[in-house]
Amino acid sequence: MPAPLNFHFDIDGEDFSSAGEASVEMKKKLRQLGFPPDVIRRCSIAMYEGEINMVIHANGGSADVAVYPDKVVIVLEDHGPGIPNVELAMQEGYSTASEQIHNMGFGAGMGLPNMKRYTQSLEIETQVGVGTKLTMVVSV
Amino acid sequence: MKLRQIAELLQARVLSSADMLDTEVQNAFCCDMMSDVLAFATNQSVLITGLLNPQVVRTAMMLDMHCIVFINGKEPTPEIVSLADANDIVIMVTEESMFRAAGTLFDTGLLNAEEE
Repeated sequence: MPAPLNFHFDIDGEDFSSAGEASVEMKKKLRQLGFPPDVIRRCSIAMYEGEINMVIHANGGSADVAVYPDKVVIVLEDHGPGIPNVELAMQEGYSTASEQIHNMGFGAGMGLPNMKRYTQSLEIETQVGVGTKLTMVVSV
Repeated sequence: MKLRQIAELLQARVLSSADMLDTEVQNAFCCDMMSDVLAFATNQSVLITGLLNPQVVRTAMMLDMHCIVFINGKEPTPEIVSLADANDIVIMVTEESMFRAAGTLFDTGLLNAEEE
């Protein structure tokens, strides 16, 4: 397999209004690379939900995107509180987000389910008090 | 239907990307929860919402939506308008409620984005 194109993004956890900028950047790069709209949309939504989660729960983090001809691998890593119960977090509608986040249109408990919905695989490595690493693969 | 017709039907003020008003759209989605929009809306649609923050525009961008209609006369901030302008997304503001705006557009044959 040829070497992937790698992109790194730092996710600023301080400012909710700027959340999503990394996903927008990745979307532009995938479009420049000529991927089909459906693939670009799935990658964008999955990464955007991850980015929002990192800003809401983990004070930011990082995103590393590896682009292969036949797949896009998105790795999101933070040093936030970790997810105590992954099974519960994967349930649609389950959320620990604050009222303030609800008022901003997120925290409906759809973040992780959406990431799973739009990707071929979602791997969650998490440790309470240490952080969370998500690895998502979108097949082309 | 052209975005221009939507603006006329809803008697809406167009605040961004007025050069995109001839864009054709077939469906729309109403919601204030952006996570639900990301879960259930498909592409090429219009987002009708009462939520006012930049994430509304980013959500629309992720889904390749062309237009956001803010209901109840809610006025978006300059930050929201300029983000939409930079990304060719039309922002409209209507005095109509979400129910009436959706009903008006549904009557003309614009479909729910979930049905497309």
